[in-house]
Amino acid sequence: MSFPQPKPEVPQLPQNLLRTIDCQQGAVRAVRFNADGNYLLSCGSDKSLKLWSVSRGTLLKTYSGHGYEVLDADGSYDNSQLCSCSSDKTVILWDVATGQVTRKLRGHAGKVNCVQFNEEATVILSGSIDGTVRCWDTRSRKFDPIQILDEAQDGVSSLKVSEHELLTGSVDGRVRRYDLRMGQLHVDFINSPITCVCFSADGQCTLTSSLDSTVRLLDKSTGEMLGEYTGHKMKGYKLDCCLSSKDTHVLSCSEDGHVYCWDLVEGSLMLKLPVGKAVVQSLSFHPSETRLLTAMEGRVQVWGAEPEETEEEVVVVQQEKA
Amino acid sequence: MFSITCVDEPLRKPVPLYEQTVKDEKGRYQRFHGAFTGGFSAGYFNTVGTKEGWTPATFVSSRQQKAGRQNARPEDFMDEEDLGDHGIAPRQITTTADFASGRKDVIRDKARAITSLSAPIPGDTVLEDLVAPARSSMGVELLRKMGWKDGQGVGPRVKRRLCKQRADSATRAFGSASPPNGSSESQDEEDGEFVPENVTFAPKDVTPIDFTPKVDLHGLGYRGLNPLAALRGGPGAGHINLFTMDSDRTNSLFGEDRKGQRRRGGVAGQGFGVGAMEDDDEDIYHRDIMSNYDTVLGGEEPGNGLYGWTAPQQYNRKKKDHSKDAAYLGKILEGFTLASDKLETKTVGIFPPPNLPRDFRPVHYFRPVVDLSSVSPMVAQALQTSRGHMAQEEPSKGGRHQLDSAQRRELLGEATLQGADCSLYSSETCRHNKMSLLNPSRFAPHAEQQQQEALSVWSGPTAQAQTGQTFKPFERTPHKQARYDLYIDQLKQGDRDALELSLDPTMTEWERGRERDEFVRAALLYKPSSSSLSCRFTRGKQDDGVEADTVEVTRDQENDVDDKQAAVKMKMFGKLTRDTFEWHPDNLLCKRFNIPDPYPGSGFVGMPKVKRDKFSVFNFLTVSESPTAIGYTTLHIHTLHYTSLHYTSLSLHYTSLHYTSLHYTIPHYTTPHYTTPHYTTLHLTTPHYTTPHPHYTTPHSHYTTPHYTTPHSHYTIPHYTTTHYTTPHYTTLHLTTLHLTTLHLTTLHIHTLHYTSLHYTTPHYTTPHYNTLHLTTPHLTTLHLTTLHYTSPSLHYTTPHYTSLHYTTPHYTTPHYTTPHYTTPHYTTLHLTTLHLTTLHYTSLHYTSLHYTTPHYTTPHYTTPH
Repeated sequence: MSFPQPKPEVPQLPQNLLRTIDCQQGAVRAVRFNADGNYLLSCGSDKSLKLWSVSRGTLLKTYSGHGYEVLDADGSYDNSQLCSCSSDKTVILWDVATGQVTRKLRGHAGKVNCVQFNEEATVILSGSIDGTVRCWDTRSRKFDPIQILDEAQDGVSSLKVSEHELLTGSVDGRVRRYDLRMGQLHVDFINSPITCVCFSADGQCTLTSSLDSTVRLLDKSTGEMLGEYTGHKMKGYKLDCCLSSKDTHVLSCSEDGHVYCWDLVEGSLMLKLPVGKAVVQSLSFHPSETRLLTAMEGRVQVWGAEPEETEEEVVVVQQEKA
Repeated sequence: MFSITCVDEPLRKPVPLYEQTVKDEKGRYQRFHGAFTGGFSAGYFNTVGTKEGWTPATFVSSRQQKAGRQNARPEDFMDEEDLGDHGIAPRQITTTADFASGRKDVIRDKARAITSLSAPIPGDTVLEDLVAPARSSMGVELLRKMGWKDGQGVGPRVKRRLCKQRADSATRAFGSASPPNGSSESQDEEDGEFVPENVTFAPKDVTPIDFTPKVDLHGLGYRGLNPLAALRGGPGAGHINLFTMDSDRTNSLFGEDRKGQRRRGGVAGQGFGVGAMEDDDEDIYHRDIMSNYDTVLGGEEPGNGLYGWTAPQQYNRKKKDHSKDAAYLGKILEGFTLASDKLETKTVGIFPPPNLPRDFRPVHYFRPVVDLSSVSPMVAQALQTSRGHMAQEEPSKGGRHQLDSAQRRELLGEATLQGADCSLYSSETCRHNKMSLLNPSRFAPHAEQQQQEALSVWSGPTAQAQTGQTFKPFERTPHKQARYDLYIDQLKQGDRDALELSLDPTMTEWERGRERDEFVRAALLYKPSSSSLSCRFTRGKQDDGVEADTVEVTRDQENDVDDKQAAVKMKMFGKLTRDTFEWHPDNLLCKRFNIPDPYPGSGFVGMPKVKRDKFSVFNFLTVSESPTAIGYTTLHIHTLHYTSLHYTSLSLHYTSLHYTSLHYTIPHYTTPHYTTPHYTTLHLTTPHYTTPHPHYTTPHSHYTTPHYTTPHSHYTIPHYTTTHYTTPHYTTLHLTTLHLTTLHLTTLHIHTLHYTSLHYTTPHYTTPHYNTLHLTTPHLTTLHLTTLHYTSPSLHYTTPHYTSLHYTTPHYTTPHYTTPHYTTPHYTTLHLTTLHLTTLHYTSLHYTSLHYTTPHYTTPHYTTPH
């Protein structure tokens, strides 16, 4: 009865440079895919946030309103809203189409490192250097946060939201997971300032990168370490790490101008993607396809598994026209 | 025997007359008249012509009305009673035959069954079946007029494809046994080679649903033993299934009996003899056949089980649609239908049970409670006050000596004393006098002096400005606190004999004396801080600590960081590096996340906070129980448990504490967790905070933003300018500033003091104003430091600020200063104006490890490069 299972496809790695976008907005502090991966957001140090088409590399909109360099951004699930945070201690909620500021949220005492929508874009969560995470309500007209999570003993560097959980990484060397459903706070001690945290797609693991040049894969429920990925250099900068869309690989920025890509299970280095000479500041993986964004200096680069075909581009263009 | 027979045959009671009467439906009495004379009597003893008797109708000739006269029906000759519910011909509203549906008439069926047995051809009612009146109900007539034909379903005509699908599901629903409608027909449909376009078909007939409500207590589908089926006999009927399913039911509903089945009347089969008319006698002893039973769970294989696993394609065909799985699921219970689409199960919503810790015992574990009788009462009291829950649990405990006379009286249930008890009074006064005679210098003049001091302090302008007195030292005895408040009020008004006025005159002299002393001491200890210190202190970040007597701290504290660091080094992540706390999300946040509030009705948000007493020396240094301790000669502190030490403001006024001998016999000072992040007002200076801007090495040289400097300019906090005092056992002690205004210690004998590990993990100190250490009191007579090892080799006292360091002690015998090694050069400013220590005996001071683990002032290290 049982046929041998078909061999799974060899996972592909985003090793071909598809496009380079010169963002013209100073240094790109962060680059992010939107919810469906068709567009990208680049956070510039010239106080602007820009929306680009990934497939064509064209600028669609510039959002200006921040008073300092933009540090992080996120798009809502329905692509109708954006949120961004900045060194000017504010979080801004944008309307995508008009480019207007829907809401400017003040309250953080320091620059805001990271910002994230929740699943339904009803809450914006922002983590700041003042050691707090603030939960802003996008539904009400109140400008006060719903809740302030001040458990961190140092600045909050990274933050991710899942369906019912909140994952924060702090410079005090701890990863905190707030489980709203259970009403619990789990604190994992890493002993090195955390630069980035991620959930895995299956929701079972968390990925943390810290300033001891190590990326660690932790079991979410127990906190045990499932994998350790080293080789890159992360000593002084807040750099991103991420998992591939199918949880097969772990990717991390490095200060030596490469993006390192490890096999998740084996922990072996699969790819050392040369991006440039400077520090790879930010990266973002496509939510479903094998596509990667990297940010270095003022450029954003799009990487894919295969060299781009023109046919695909035509299709995309047609879609967008429709 | 007698008695038994008596019991067996109950006595027949004569029926009373009133129970023998019978009434008719109108309430009239009827008398039984006798069976042969016509039952109930009518009228006056059957006399005719009386009131209710039977009157014969008068003769009326009907010759003229002959034409209009109908045939008399039976009802014409019946009484009212006969037509009633219990009569011969009960009348009720029924459907007439014209409108009746095809439902079988029960009585008629019965009659038919009976006649069938006596019919010429046994077992069949041939004639009646042959000759049946062509009757149909009104609904059927209407449907026929609309074009409906027998055997069709009702509804719009459908295309072939849909039709076929329905046929499929219908055959499967019937199971594998035998499709009711000729199998050839359905087979034809399934083959379906000829599908003409534009041809519609009538929909298949649907099975009528039986809406008979279930009133019995049998299981679903139970139909009981049908006598007809049971008595029918024959080999096929050997197995009687009490539970019939839909498929069988529909058979009977349609009135279609199985074709191949032999039908026989008569009693036959198991247990019954064979009549003379019957020729087969092999059936006498019924043999059950195993094929009547299911041998496979979940019904038979498709294809009659002829082929098994290796069946040809048509039998072994996999069903893609789960709605076709009816045959696999077997029989469907009556009243249930197969779901058309699968129920979506959300995997996220299912929670595993909580992980029990390995050492979990299903027994409630109470907090270790120190037996108060085993330790000295002072320690017990200290424990009680430092741990909030204990103090609430046992408010009145703490030794009988802590109670005042009123409380004791309440406990004992005694009446209030009218006057002073003479004997008690005299004895107490005697004792007091004796004591005052014994040590007059210790009590009387000193108390006088202190009273003056208290008056001067409290009547000052600053004290007047301070409106609300926050500190309540005698909160646990409300009467005493009230008296104390009165005393303070009097002091504020500058009343000279405030003390005497405020004391309770009904108390004994001894009690009054004791209270007097306590009040004075309390007043001096907690004099308004503005007078001496508050000008030098800035308020802490959380100013609630200043107003309230307690501090809010998070209830759950993090574990030892040292252990975690070790675990991280060994890469043993997991249990060792994880802490799990209770955390309350905001209700609105839960709502926004579409999640039920895990703690509905919890009044707070975030981590649970607990109010703890501020550390106050007063908790420990109250009056000892023995009368000799009025002068406080001996104070024995055996064990000091610092569960949480919150130094809200370090203003320790030891001016009024005369400790002639302080024996700290603490064996193991094991306070491991000094994790107090809420240090409200510990004013530590940060002169040397080199804000780590040099670490900001932005990689992209063009984008060296000057903005980086600004957010951190407020960070003047980092207090760790660290004077690293390292006595041999005192590895690392980082104390930036220590404010001791007045410290009078006449003799302080500390034999062993073990600081095993002290972790100060407090990162956020907001007050940068303290670079001065003010010790402003003058009386140090003797300081005996037996072993004080300063191993640190280089201590640069770069302080020109030593304004006045008056060591006026002639006895300053310090032969034990072995090696003054001072390690750290950061001792910026140490203002020791005056330090009065009369005798300080440090026999051995073991500081094993004092870790100031605040290495994480690294916020700037990873700032966005470019």
